[in-house]
Amino acid sequence: MWRDSLLVAGKDLRIEARSRVGLSQVAPFGIVALVLFAFALGPDRSLMARGAPGLFWVAVLFCTVLAVQRSVSIESGDGARDGLRLSGLDPAGLFLGKSVAVAAQLAVLEVVLGVGVVLLYGARIEVPWLIAASCVLGTVGLAATGTLYGALSAGLRVRETLLPFLFLPIAAPVLLAGTRVWQAAMAGGVASDGSPWLRLLLAFDAVYVALGIVVFGPIQESA
Amino acid sequence: MSANRGVPAPPLQSRRGRWWTRGIGIAAAVATVCTVWLGLWVTPPDETQGNLVRLVYIHPGVAWVALYLAFGMAAVASLLYLWPRTRSLVWDRLAAAAVEVGVVFNVCTLVSGSIWGKPTWGVWWAWDARLTSTAVLLVLFLGYLALRRVPAEPEVRAKRSAFVALFAAVDIPIVHFSVLWWRTLHQGATVLNANLSPTIHGSMAWTLLLGFVALTLVFVWMLLVRYRIGVLEDWLGTGELDVALRERQAEGAAVGEEEAA
Repeated sequence: MWRDSLLVAGKDLRIEARSRVGLSQVAPFGIVALVLFAFALGPDRSLMARGAPGLFWVAVLFCTVLAVQRSVSIESGDGARDGLRLSGLDPAGLFLGKSVAVAAQLAVLEVVLGVGVVLLYGARIEVPWLIAASCVLGTVGLAATGTLYGALSAGLRVRETLLPFLFLPIAAPVLLAGTRVWQAAMAGGVASDGSPWLRLLLAFDAVYVALGIVVFGPIQESA
Repeated sequence: MSANRGVPAPPLQSRRGRWWTRGIGIAAAVATVCTVWLGLWVTPPDETQGNLVRLVYIHPGVAWVALYLAFGMAAVASLLYLWPRTRSLVWDRLAAAAVEVGVVFNVCTLVSGSIWGKPTWGVWWAWDARLTSTAVLLVLFLGYLALRRVPAEPEVRAKRSAFVALFAAVDIPIVHFSVLWWRTLHQGATVLNANLSPTIHGSMAWTLLLGFVALTLVFVWMLLVRYRIGVLEDWLGTGELDVALRERQAEGAAVGEEEAA
């Protein structure tokens, strides 16, 4: 399972390294979203700094939709999905591999967006490790759920419109928890403000990663 | 149904609805009328809330059906469909019917809560935990219904929908806890228990209870009717393809006869 997942993740990341779709389209989209949020809020920097945690996670969520759609569309042509299924790779490994690839791209994106939030909105980060922990846990959860829903909607012609509708409400707890941890990290108070939310993120990750490992095989059959 | 000649029809009783479906429908109507009568005429207005208290006879019952009965049933039915030993389209149709009726009840919950909230809290919508998780639940199951509308083979659609219901069901406790921590100014349950119970009038308690029974009956009746419509829809779907095939074959045969002549 682990070897298979590394193979699949390597494949997806190699495709990304050669096509640069994420770097040239998804990351700039994230920046555009940040700029648009600023326009929506007006030029008040204190308001922007207060909204920064939520806006960061909303931007990450939107970018996750794009990253997942890209991850699905890589295999939409030339019967690639059937090819993967015929290759004898363990479905659980396939799920983990695709999730890891999405998570790696999201991690890079979050660094870009994080820098953007600090520079554009004047967000002051007091407790960096809380930010890092929320990003790691949030990314794992988003990548796992995104990959699950991506596989579910893979064969559909209405994939582009249906995926955000199905995926975003499911990811609502990640947005809530991530935002709260960021607020705690920016307030610089006690780290315990953020720790229940980190536990919630951990529970979210555990549930969906476990679910993905178990049901990814049957999901592929139904797509 | 002349359009479906040649396709075996579902058994007559499932086409027409059975006597007990009608019985439940009549019982639901009677119970609803009684609840309305008790709620609007017999029970006195509340000391603090006035006539607004009359919404409380309906709102908790609707919420119980929407949040627990309908979506619980959908989750269990979807699990039963996914479990290989109990796999049957019966569970799929039951889950679909439960979600569809549940979404209607969920909207009614939000609307009746809003109507109650405007004079009580001063706003149509408060971002309180219970409201927020109910709204998230509604969106999750609207997604389920949207997925079901995508044309597919019944088995493929059933499996796909069951997975979405499963993922949503798993998400609900997490959403619940997250919004509970997010907003702890929470009044939902206390409205009923702390404010009303100490001063609750005998007829009020009975009306409230009858409201629960009436709405549960309405739910069961709608579920049964929707299930039957689901069976008929599937039958119609398979029938249409067969009819189209037969028409094309008949055309081919007619052309062949002309050429022979």
